[in-house]
Amino acid sequence: MTKDPTNNDPTNNDPANNDPTSNDPTNIYANGQAAREEGFTSSREIHLEASFLDNLARRRVQAKVFALAIQLATCMALLALGILVWRIGSQGLPYLNWNFITSFPSRKAERAGILSALVGSATIIFMTTIFAVILGVSTAVYLEEIASKNKFAKFLELNIANLSGVPSLVYGMLGLAVFVRIFDFGRSLLAASCTLALMVLPIIIIASREALRTVPPSTRLAAAALGATPWQTTYHHTLPAAMPGVLTGIILAISRALGEAAPLIIVGGVTYIAFLPTRLTDSFTTLPIQIFNWAGRPQEEFQSLAAAAIIVLVGLVLVTNGIAIFIRTKLENKNRW
Amino acid sequence: MVIAAKNLTLAYGKNIIVKNLSLAVGPTTVTALIGPSGCGKSTLLRTFNRMNDFVPSFRMVSGNIHYRDLDVYSNQVDPVFVRRRIGMVFQKPNPFPSSIHKNITWGPRINGFQGDLDHLVESSLKRAALWDEVKDKLNSSGLALSGGQQQRLCIARAIAMDPDVILMDEPCSALDPASTARIEDLITELKDRFSMLIVTHNMQQASRISQNTAFMLNGELVEYGTTSQIFNAPAQRLTEDYIMGRFG
Repeated sequence: MTKDPTNNDPTNNDPANNDPTSNDPTNIYANGQAAREEGFTSSREIHLEASFLDNLARRRVQAKVFALAIQLATCMALLALGILVWRIGSQGLPYLNWNFITSFPSRKAERAGILSALVGSATIIFMTTIFAVILGVSTAVYLEEIASKNKFAKFLELNIANLSGVPSLVYGMLGLAVFVRIFDFGRSLLAASCTLALMVLPIIIIASREALRTVPPSTRLAAAALGATPWQTTYHHTLPAAMPGVLTGIILAISRALGEAAPLIIVGGVTYIAFLPTRLTDSFTTLPIQIFNWAGRPQEEFQSLAAAAIIVLVGLVLVTNGIAIFIRTKLENKNRW
Repeated sequence: MVIAAKNLTLAYGKNIIVKNLSLAVGPTTVTALIGPSGCGKSTLLRTFNRMNDFVPSFRMVSGNIHYRDLDVYSNQVDPVFVRRRIGMVFQKPNPFPSSIHKNITWGPRINGFQGDLDHLVESSLKRAALWDEVKDKLNSSGLALSGGQQQRLCIARAIAMDPDVILMDEPCSALDPASTARIEDLITELKDRFSMLIVTHNMQQASRISQNTAFMLNGELVEYGTTSQIFNAPAQRLTEDYIMGRFG
């Protein structure tokens, strides 16, 4: 065994570490191998039982297999996404032009466009976000900051957790019964927005509550000790500090609401609308409904139109999320702890 | 008397924390509350400005607390009124995650302060011996300061409210010795204007900064007197044992 005379590090007396072929101290497996080959001769060496070294070798193999498996799993998801993007892109991109975006739907594929669906989706998502954020954040603040852990709050909590698991079709039925019929909004933009707002409400409530819980209690106490009312504490300190987390919930909610077709078809989305909405009580269509309709037609051209509309829908999701992420990043920089 | 507790019994749920305790604190004095961990001194302190209202299981079993003429726990009294007059500094520095300027001005502003805010910031920071260190960065975050500076910022924040009493719950326990010394100097300077009640585990600190000392054990007030009497000639055997370090 050669010992480097310049090496004065008293902790570095492992023979394997001084072996020039395995001088990577992080590679325990290689060091163990080296130590085993050299045998335990010198009393200055670290004494390791053979059973430990065999065991370590096995554990290292396990770790490598596991790392490979999770990498493979990640690649599978990426692969599926890649195939999807490639297929949609190759099919839809040739049809994606300015005319497609600015035309109303038509029975003739070459003249059909998504103007009414795009405007419908944008309007509905705007209103849904406003309704859901106002109701959702208020509920979260009530449950976290105001309600003590009484029976009513527990009952609400249980219900909200359950609501997040309800299928979207059921929300469609609810919207039809409540907003279309009882509130008499008709099969309108307003009824659709209310239905979607109800559907994403649990997402926003749960995310906002989590965010409020991460605000340190010491901030609330500091505010209270300065003579703040609970509302002033919440409005000036707790809620602003929780805002990045709240925005994460809003991003999830928008993505979910933008992609939903089923509840809106039940509420009464129609596919042929050759005018732009001027009032909230006008009838509506949205991109997912239009895509669903086109994708169900036998003609090849309409399939391609559906692909083109999907590209627009994905673009819309990315833009809205981009705006929310931009705001969140600004807020995070502002209230760094 | 500025603060007077009478026959006070406090509990968290079924656990009695403070037993039949009476204590009165005069104007412009520093009073130290000493005693081993869990003896109820922090609970007692937080009761004076109703900060225990935030602990759901807290109960006031019997007795009352008066701040000057005001029955602090009367139904007619708004806790905000009490806290506006009785400020608090916490064990761990807890500045708001916003600018130094806003840390000072927020409390006065929400309570209807009409005067010059910049002047208020300057005078409060000067009184908290922090002005020279931060005068060029009033708009940077209070969290960017060192631990000791943060605690002085919290004291400045409490001073800015122009309170009558300042409660301090182990204000130096999270700080290094140099920062502790600065806070102690500060407390000594401030005692001419405010009544201060300080919970401390550090008996040398109690003897350095306080005029009066109360020794608590298992929720009871064992002895209360001038600091020199408590430390030099304690009347109770228990007090003497605690001060000599025989237990606790």
